[in-house]
Amino acid sequence: MFVVFSRLADLIVYGLLGMAPHTRAAEALHFFIEDTSKILAMLVVMIYAIALIRASLNVERVRAVLSGQHRFVGYGLGAGFGAITPFCSCSSIPVFLGFTSAGIPVGVTMAFLLTSPLINEVAVLMLLGLLGWQMTLIYIGVGLAVGMLGGFFLDLIHAERLLQPFAAKAYAKRPAAQMANDVAAVRLSLAERHAFAKAELADIFRRVWKWVFIGVGIGAGLHGFVPDGWLEAHLGAGQWWSVPAAVVLGIPLYSNATGVIPVMESLLLKGLPVGTTLAFCMSTVAASLPEFILLKQAMQLKLLAILFAMLLVSFTLVGWILNLVGTF
Amino acid sequence: MMEVIVLGSGCAKCTKTAELIETVARDVGVEVSVRKETDPEAIMNYGIMSTPGVVVDGEVKHSGSMPIRAQIEAWLRPA
Repeated sequence: MFVVFSRLADLIVYGLLGMAPHTRAAEALHFFIEDTSKILAMLVVMIYAIALIRASLNVERVRAVLSGQHRFVGYGLGAGFGAITPFCSCSSIPVFLGFTSAGIPVGVTMAFLLTSPLINEVAVLMLLGLLGWQMTLIYIGVGLAVGMLGGFFLDLIHAERLLQPFAAKAYAKRPAAQMANDVAAVRLSLAERHAFAKAELADIFRRVWKWVFIGVGIGAGLHGFVPDGWLEAHLGAGQWWSVPAAVVLGIPLYSNATGVIPVMESLLLKGLPVGTTLAFCMSTVAASLPEFILLKQAMQLKLLAILFAMLLVSFTLVGWILNLVGTF
Repeated sequence: MMEVIVLGSGCAKCTKTAELIETVARDVGVEVSVRKETDPEAIMNYGIMSTPGVVVDGEVKHSGSMPIRAQIEAWLRPA
């Protein structure tokens, strides 16, 4: 079903523009046109469809479900909801504080907040469209695991001691577990769902379209101009240091999943090992400095440093493990 | 004079919300003071998790999105 986009790119690059096949510029342009048209078309259809289904899900309901859960159930649920609940990253501090003041353990809250940028419907759709279902499953699995284990670790070291004083106080008070009753399940009519889905589509599309162009642009450049085999020879699975290097390189590169997945596609096509690629991409998406500066409002510096180190270590481990598995 | 507080960590939507409320108030002919609250502790104490949030005369009216014109008119017009 995706062949049509490849045909479209054939038509434009070789037909309309009359470029010679197998030249670098033609290959890069072909990659660019195929991927942007595919991604943008897919996003429009799927964001709308998914928004229709999840119209009644919001952070207030997630909080109600998570409060009063057993910790270990909480990590799973927190990471799971993080993947499917829509919320703007500018809301992550209020969400963090809202969960914390409801007595939800910091680890469960962080499982939610860590998974959220890594896995979302746009990322999953792009993975499916560009990299196939196996890679999609690996990506989702790793994302959920990092969220759950990260949350577990944070509670293990009693991260709540390292919150900013006002947040720690709010957590200690734990007003009421009966908050669950405040938020009754909302029944939405089809018209309301349509209105939500339309607004959501416009909102997400406005936010991500430029990332698609930037991401695919970089991917196309790599695709057309980096010689085959170069990455494999220099950054292959044999070089153990390439994984931590990729993770560190990903930190200052601030992007979201939308921008980074086309780059991932291109890196994989060029023979970069799966583990290294995934580690690089997750580091770019999840360990971003602007986000950490925001979190400073709720956490002490020490906790931020721990969180940061935790992400870097876990992405590196993920990269090594996948590279090992990949070579067998 | 009505007191309106827009809660949010300073994202574009919050600024637009504050502007929209001022515009609507002018159109309706109601005097309001619109203030933006960006302090996370204060936002927490209003019990808001999704921003922008809107507080009118001390009461939380809205959260999670930019309110539409009709909603704002309803808050500003006395019942």
